[in-house]
Amino acid sequence: MPRLHDTQSHFATAVHDPESALPPGLLGRAGEVPTARFGVYRNNVGSSLVDAVAANYPTIQRLVGTEFLRAMVQVYVRDTLPETPVLIHYGATFPGFVAAFEPAQRLPYLADVARIDWAWHQAYHAAEANPLGPEQLATIPADELAGRRMLLHPSAGALSSPWPALSIWHTNRHDATVKPVDLRSGGQDTLICRPAHEVGVWHLPAGGAGFLHALAGQATLSDAARQSAELTPAFDLTRTLQALLASGAITGIR
Amino acid sequence: MSNTKTTALSAAGIAGAVALAMAGATFAPTASASMERCYGIALAGENDCAAGAGTSCQGSSTIDYQGNAWTLVPEGTCESMELPGDRTGSLSELDRDLPGGS
Repeated sequence: MPRLHDTQSHFATAVHDPESALPPGLLGRAGEVPTARFGVYRNNVGSSLVDAVAANYPTIQRLVGTEFLRAMVQVYVRDTLPETPVLIHYGATFPGFVAAFEPAQRLPYLADVARIDWAWHQAYHAAEANPLGPEQLATIPADELAGRRMLLHPSAGALSSPWPALSIWHTNRHDATVKPVDLRSGGQDTLICRPAHEVGVWHLPAGGAGFLHALAGQATLSDAARQSAELTPAFDLTRTLQALLASGAITGIR
Repeated sequence: MSNTKTTALSAAGIAGAVALAMAGATFAPTASASMERCYGIALAGENDCAAGAGTSCQGSSTIDYQGNAWTLVPEGTCESMELPGDRTGSLSELDRDLPGGS
């Protein structure tokens, strides 16, 4: 008798590799080798994986079209299977794959737009939390603020792109007719958060994404501000804080 | 690091930036700020409810003001929305404007 583990592993290998032979011992009802039926099964598994990843990248679909996106995802799913049974977690590494995908090299901003789609998707499914209000902020003595650390909203995410990735994302996600975006208009930092029911996306001042990442890494307000000013000489702490408060990305101070 | 920057990042500088930010900021609404599902108001393909893989229905409505498609609106505003053809929004699903007839 073959061992269950071997049977399963042969089956799984055969399902995911179109070049591979049928799993040993597979027989149809009349004792025939069900080559065509296994092919149908294999196609259904593959196309449901492609559906799951593609559904999380609606803006990429708008940018490159359904056919190109699905072809790209097909290559991706060949080497990247879901790690949990929960499909909302599937496709996290797709933006990195896009960055290295040869046929997409003519669209160098595509991976960063995909990162915004993924952050949006993550924020949608993240836990809820109440954003920090002005009255809570006012309870902290002014001379203690610099040494304090921020608690961030579970849905908050930020990314920095050398391209106007947010403008590209925004018009392709929301506008019936896509507005032209000047690729030479410089990089953009983007903040994604879901303070209440709806996911919001904000344009952060330059260096803002790095500042949020520093806060997420438990840096104090003054350390995060110093790091950001060193990396981005034009870093504007006031405007960055305004965006973080408006988006609900900060939920507490300790 | 220049002297100006050092000053800007002193404890007083941070406190000043926070104070300025507070003065100029619109704070995010909290989760308790109420929204409600409003049926029958979305243009084709613009209904809410997006959950990505396996559950996506955002933008799935196929006709304007489809009665069983909803959009999130601030609480209390749904039923007062006036739409073309004497339609109004509704807090429950509607039988009008369904795909495939009626």
